[in-house]
Amino acid sequence: MGAAAAGAPVAARYEAVIGIEIHVQLKTASKMFCGCSTDIKDAAPNSRTCPVCLGLPGTLPVINRRAVELVLATGIAIGATTPEFTRWDRKNYFYPDLPKGYQISQYDLPLAANGHLTFDTSDGPVTVGIRRAHLEEDTARLIHATDAAGRRVSLVDFNRSGMPLMEIVTEPDLRTGEQARRYAEELRLLLLAIGASDAAMEEGQMRVEANVSLRPVGTDAFGTRTEVKNMNSFRSVERAIAFEIERQARALGAGEVLVQETRGWDDDRGITYTMRIKEDSDDYRYFPEPDLPPLRADRAWLDAIRAGLPELPAARRARYRDELGLSAYDAAVLVGDPGATAVFEAALAAEPGLAPKAVANWVTGEYLRLAKGAGEGSGAGASGVDGAQLGRLVRLVADGAISGTNAKQVFERHALSGEPVDEIVADLGLAQISDRGALIGIIDEVLAANPGAVADVRAGKGQASGFLVGQVMKATRGQAQASVVQALLRERLGLD
Amino acid sequence: MATLSRDDVAHVAHLARLGLTEEELTRLEGQLNHILDQYAVLAELDTEHIAPTAQTIELENILRADVVTPSLSVDEALAGAPERAGDHIVVPGIIAEYE
Amino acid sequence: MAGNDLTRLRAHEMAAALRAGDVSARELLEASLARIRATDRPLHAWASLDEDGARDAAKAADRRLAAARGAGQEALAALPGLLGIPVALKDLVVTRGLPSTAGSRILGGFVGPYDAHIAERLAEAGAIVPGKTNMDEFAMGSSTEHSAWGPTSNPWDLTRVPGGSSGGSAAAVASYHVPLGIGTDTGGSIRQPAALCGVVGLKPTYGRVSRYGIIAFASSLDQIGPFGRDTRDAATLLQAIAGRDERDSTSAPIPVPDWSTELAANDDEAAGWLRGARIGLPRQYFVKGMEPGVEARVREAVAALESAGAIIVEVDLPHTDYGLATYYIIAPAEASANLARYDGVRFGYSEHEGDVLGNYLATRGRGFGAEVKRRIMLGTYALSAGYYDAFYLKAQKVRTLIKADFDAAFASVDALVAPTSPTVAFPLGARLDDPVAMYLSDACTLPVNIAGLPGLSVPCGLSDRLPVGLQFIGRAWDEGTLFHLGRAYEAITADAGWRRLDPADLGALEDPATPTPAERMAAHA
Ligand SMILES: [Zn+2]
Repeated sequence: MGAAAAGAPVAARYEAVIGIEIHVQLKTASKMFCGCSTDIKDAAPNSRTCPVCLGLPGTLPVINRRAVELVLATGIAIGATTPEFTRWDRKNYFYPDLPKGYQISQYDLPLAANGHLTFDTSDGPVTVGIRRAHLEEDTARLIHATDAAGRRVSLVDFNRSGMPLMEIVTEPDLRTGEQARRYAEELRLLLLAIGASDAAMEEGQMRVEANVSLRPVGTDAFGTRTEVKNMNSFRSVERAIAFEIERQARALGAGEVLVQETRGWDDDRGITYTMRIKEDSDDYRYFPEPDLPPLRADRAWLDAIRAGLPELPAARRARYRDELGLSAYDAAVLVGDPGATAVFEAALAAEPGLAPKAVANWVTGEYLRLAKGAGEGSGAGASGVDGAQLGRLVRLVADGAISGTNAKQVFERHALSGEPVDEIVADLGLAQISDRGALIGIIDEVLAANPGAVADVRAGKGQASGFLVGQVMKATRGQAQASVVQALLRERLGLD
Repeated sequence: MATLSRDDVAHVAHLARLGLTEEELTRLEGQLNHILDQYAVLAELDTEHIAPTAQTIELENILRADVVTPSLSVDEALAGAPERAGDHIVVPGIIAEYE
Repeated sequence: MAGNDLTRLRAHEMAAALRAGDVSARELLEASLARIRATDRPLHAWASLDEDGARDAAKAADRRLAAARGAGQEALAALPGLLGIPVALKDLVVTRGLPSTAGSRILGGFVGPYDAHIAERLAEAGAIVPGKTNMDEFAMGSSTEHSAWGPTSNPWDLTRVPGGSSGGSAAAVASYHVPLGIGTDTGGSIRQPAALCGVVGLKPTYGRVSRYGIIAFASSLDQIGPFGRDTRDAATLLQAIAGRDERDSTSAPIPVPDWSTELAANDDEAAGWLRGARIGLPRQYFVKGMEPGVEARVREAVAALESAGAIIVEVDLPHTDYGLATYYIIAPAEASANLARYDGVRFGYSEHEGDVLGNYLATRGRGFGAEVKRRIMLGTYALSAGYYDAFYLKAQKVRTLIKADFDAAFASVDALVAPTSPTVAFPLGARLDDPVAMYLSDACTLPVNIAGLPGLSVPCGLSDRLPVGLQFIGRAWDEGTLFHLGRAYEAITADAGWRRLDPADLGALEDPATPTPAERMAAHA
């Protein structure tokens, strides 16, 4: 501590070298090598298994085409190369969550290699190299418990066994916890856009691990690295890595020798802790999987997958800025939330004449306010929002058919119930009366009933004019458009 | 070719999770080395430019459609399990956190 | 027909009798079960019987036969060739609700919740499965002595081994328990016991028969094939189980020819197939340690083929001598992974000794037998860090060379002819303490697995009153040529004196005082 306190802050003397490994559950209907359903979220334990994913004697794997195509699509989206031939390998180790005693994975010929991904940070855009993306099968789930006799046991649920898993490994290009978080967020957006995964971290569909090491600023050699696990949200990715950098910097600053180890992140305590010392003798005895023929990803197959790719997040942001004239901030906010993107696109599609900025304001403002409030006990929510209806609402405001204040009320009700905007407006009687003919009759009645006020206005008393407008608004139950009423009053009083 | 020491034999047995008696380790040390001696003939062959054959059958892209098929019932799945608690299989506790 | 006479029938003779209404499937099954009960004690060919299931299947077969008989000749002719015929399954074919142990203590009590592809196909064909046959543990062995449930004897001489690993099926077919049996062949495990028991056995081209539901030994080498008492029967059985299965990604999408009907019933016609056939005789297959009696029978058979019009060409398979080392790296390496699933967690034998690691060590240390542990050790070592290139990768490259040898030979010949086993059946226990001597039993068969080719073994006479096997090796997917050759050889030797000798004539099988193979081994030790 004494050494650290002296001179420059320790963290400033070191540069962090961070590589990220992300495991993503792919969005397929069936498992990687068998026909069991991947819909395991609410399934009873061990109810989504078969002889294949239980690793029973005599069973053999058969490759799920969709899983392969999702990895190929991801590879294309990150600008990776796909070798002409790829194959499968067995990774051998014993663990109760691994029924065959080996995991079918890809060792030296991954489906995608040498890609990259660019994302924004508070210091500007950063590009990270992606070393590889490969396909493998998930393991069973272990639940740690204590039985009636007080014995520590692990309960095994094979529902997750054999789920398709994509592992994506970056180069050690990242330098800060923020970069790591932003990379993970951007990758998630990309996977959601492709439809490769739901990538919900809290559901375990996206598992982020970080390799973190430090080296003195200005040097190239890698320091001793630790592998950080158990980061269950994007926020914890940033916090855990920041903590780990600080921890290693302090240790190095104090002259300690770091050990290569796996550390877990404790979100409540805000620290990493030693999970296990990584065995030097990890010897997975990889060899080519003899039960599976190799894959040949030919040009036609890759072209078809490329042609089927949707607009990717980076291209969409650029289009929003360059073609729709949105600010970079609005573009980032809209693209950063797939729900917001969908609502925005649908609103513009339904009402092509609207100003994109006006729609963007509604989406980044009201829509996201309601969507993010969902589930926090506020009673708000945006589950009912139909983008086309939002387009209609923005159109009504732009045409002066409804006030901005009333429009927010309409949107809140639509967001909850999904009712069409026009029906809500009619039900609440919020349509503005801006029609001359309809208003003149009401105004004349008001003028006749309030001769004193009329005299005051003519005498130049300003408040009296406001009183008359208020009477008209009252008579129309607020539906009159105030600016029109004002103008008509002056006209009927012959003041213009 | 390599020669296996008794420690090597014990290490390989650990990798393979085979609990062997001292007697078995001793016997295997002799037998495995005898068999490894037979492997030595392969070193005679120059295979530097020979491609390996992992499979004799020349198939590729054998894929199935992403279609769900019925799973086993929980009882069928767990019928052979030595220890069961509810719908789970039980094994001794693993992963000691905060070691 | 009386029971004993029924068991003497070949499968195609049974099929004809069933269609003629001379016999029922139920009668065939009962004769088979009676013969098993009377003679299996000293033989120990069977691991388990399913008499009730077999009786139900036989009744169903009889109903199908009766219905077809009522519907006329065409309906009868359309019935599958195996309908009502007893077929033995090796004890590594998983069937729903029945034990499948692969000869291993670690699978003691294992009952599968599904049917192997071939079990489904046999059931569809109406074949009757009386039970499962004994085998070397996980098919690792050449003598059926490495079974956790005790060894099997050779019906020709009960003090000798039947060969292996499919020794139970070979012995059951040779002893007239059943006319047909299923085996698997990873390095010779169908052909070598067929040779040693004097029956016909075929290892098909790799990928011809689905491996789904076959407990794996070495995935890139394992194939499933038939035993029969003649070539036509073997062809009929292969016909029923061959073809693409979507559950085995290495099963070939290649059409299955109609072998059984292509084979001539008439001997002259069958022998005529030999005229002009080009058959290679690989010099390297007359290996060191080959018994003179075996070599003599094989050379006589080759001469007989030649006099019947075949053109015999000496060929070289120069990398043959590297086959043994190549095989004993690749097969154990694959096996070391395939056998990792036997961990006592989900099924089978399970020991509890403290923590997870303790359970693994105890379950696997005690659940596996000596030969299996030896091979797991070999395979684990060959794949381990620092040795992969020197062993596994090297063996895969030599595999390429061995395959290329065959490709070169098949450029000039239609098939190869060679010995199946360098020796006749050896005494029980004789090679148990010398793994390398045991491994040499397969020197002539395992290169065929390394190259993924089909191989057929047919009996070609006796040496020291014990059967000798003649092996035909074919091009990939050309089982048809092998069947024609086997059938032709049977035709030209139909009158040979040795064909009238029979293991069942030895009498000891029926004698209840004859010791069991296990008792014999124990006495020997
Ligand atoms: Zn499954």
